[in-house]
Amino acid sequence: MNLLIEADHLTRILPATVPITLVRDVSLTVGEHEFIAITGPSGSGKSSLLYLLGLLDRPTSGTLRIAGQDTSSLNDDALARLRLEMLGFVFQFHFLLPEFTVLENVKLPMRKAGRLSSTEMRGRAASLLEELGLAGHLDKRPDQLSGGQRQRVAVARALANDPSVVLADEPTGSLDSKSSEQVFQILQDLVKKRGKTVIAVTHDMDIAGRVDRRIHLVDGAVVSDERVTQPVA
Amino acid sequence: MRLILELALTHIAGRGRQTVVAILGVALGVGFSIAMAALMQGTEKDFIAQLVDTMPHVQITDERRTARRQPAEDLFSAAQFEGLRPKEDRRGILNPAAAFASLRSWVPGRMAQSLRTQGVVRYAGRDVGVAVIGIEPETEARVSSVAGDFVEGSFDSLRAGGNNIVVGDSLARRIGASTGTTIQVVAPTGQSRGFRIVGLFHTGNNARDEGETYVLLKSAQILSERPNAINDIRLRLDDPEAAPRVARQAEAELGYKAVPWQEANESLLEALVVRNVVMYTVVGAILLVAGFGIFNIISTITHEKARDIAILKSLGFTQGNMRRLFLIEGLALGMAGSLVGWLIGFLLCLALSQVDFKVSGAAIGREMTRLPLFWSPWHYAIASAFALISSGVAGYLPARQAARLNPVDIIRGAT
Repeated sequence: MNLLIEADHLTRILPATVPITLVRDVSLTVGEHEFIAITGPSGSGKSSLLYLLGLLDRPTSGTLRIAGQDTSSLNDDALARLRLEMLGFVFQFHFLLPEFTVLENVKLPMRKAGRLSSTEMRGRAASLLEELGLAGHLDKRPDQLSGGQRQRVAVARALANDPSVVLADEPTGSLDSKSSEQVFQILQDLVKKRGKTVIAVTHDMDIAGRVDRRIHLVDGAVVSDERVTQPVA
Repeated sequence: MRLILELALTHIAGRGRQTVVAILGVALGVGFSIAMAALMQGTEKDFIAQLVDTMPHVQITDERRTARRQPAEDLFSAAQFEGLRPKEDRRGILNPAAAFASLRSWVPGRMAQSLRTQGVVRYAGRDVGVAVIGIEPETEARVSSVAGDFVEGSFDSLRAGGNNIVVGDSLARRIGASTGTTIQVVAPTGQSRGFRIVGLFHTGNNARDEGETYVLLKSAQILSERPNAINDIRLRLDDPEAAPRVARQAEAELGYKAVPWQEANESLLEALVVRNVVMYTVVGAILLVAGFGIFNIISTITHEKARDIAILKSLGFTQGNMRRLFLIEGLALGMAGSLVGWLIGFLLCLALSQVDFKVSGAAIGREMTRLPLFWSPWHYAIASAFALISSGVAGYLPARQAARLNPVDIIRGAT
């Protein structure tokens, strides 16, 4: 099994008059087809760890390899390129661009990558949205959609460039239970049907109980890293 | 790149009223700059045109730039002489006929020769010091602007027998004389002669209207006891700009001081330069203020769009992309402002050119009724260039700030 993410003694200290340690000496590896939940009490550094793994933040010390490549020597532009191609993000809030239609929002990462033609991008974005049950909403603006629908658009956008890893930060945190379930199903399908690796930060214990692997943090340090059920084949 | 442009335009379009204000700020700056530049340069051109019109383009007088070498210096080159008293030169341009003929062969334009001397006009117990200028009416009329300023009579009237004189209307008024009056003219030589006034002119220039009198060249020569002498050759060129070149050549050829109008009016022309500096400073200030407007709106957009910046960065947009995004927004506002500004500038010029007013332009010798405006594409280009630079800077500063934003900080702040 190929290792997608290899974290070695990652520490992130927020420089301040009294420095705050967000992530403390975390070492872990993530392979393909994994569905991982990062859990822990508020302020335990779950999101901070996710941002480190997602290259949005740089560790104060320790090394991080993405697909075997050491990221500490890369400059910001190279990290941005890696994010564009390897990683997809879903946040608690959808973070869609309000002035653009649903379809345009999903096309955005593809246009940035610039590999597909305009019609190919349109086709891919449309099919992604249809698979997520948004067939009739392509030309709507984000504010015309419900919270759950928006979050599904965000998932579609995260998948736009066919990344290996989808990172989700409290993806269901602002949704009602029905929408939460839908989004959870979608994330699960990403792992089972599309072979993605999904890492989700959550404090929803219902979700945390249904993933393949659960990493529990307290005060920025990993206290447990356990496989919950049989890994998805 | 198209993507960035599209994002930029969407941001701007999303802020209708503020965008309009920012664009108007730039547009007014550009528009007023254009109108002001047109007015400034128009008045300058007008001023110079009148200057050129009323003066000889090149004036050759019987003076020299440096004192002549004395015969003793030429004879004894090894010795040094001090305190030599210059030999008395016969005043006037030597061999005027030959000088005049040689100039005529190459000078592109018309010329006139005259003898200029001082005198006192005496009439009814009043004495007024004047310049007595001996002229040839035919050639003078083609060179001097006075020819067009006659209230009564003309230069040709001088020819009508006897001792005739033409004076300015102010002088005539001052001594209480009018056409037909005979006045006494006393020369520095002591010669005194009666002249009958046959013409009055009004140039608008008080110094000339009160202080210049014209007689026939012959009469002036007799009055000053200098037969066949002239001391002044004036050239009116086809192209006034050629004056310095012609003056240099004439001076080299004749050895006499030849002054182009640019040199004669150096201080005035320098004042115009100062005026231009003042104008560009003011214009620059206007556009700088417009730049602040742009800075303001771009900063506001970057603050409001912090989430967009975060999300775009998390999607894989680089810092450079973000910088470009907001820089383009600034430039787009500057560009839109420039275009609207061109229209405003054009309309302002049009409106100004319609203004009718009366100013007695005594100092420049003519009366203005319309504002002189000068149209040049350069005014438009310079104003836009200024606007674009200031909007570029105004966009770049917040853009740099925005690009540096750490997406994590914003995402954290939102959750």
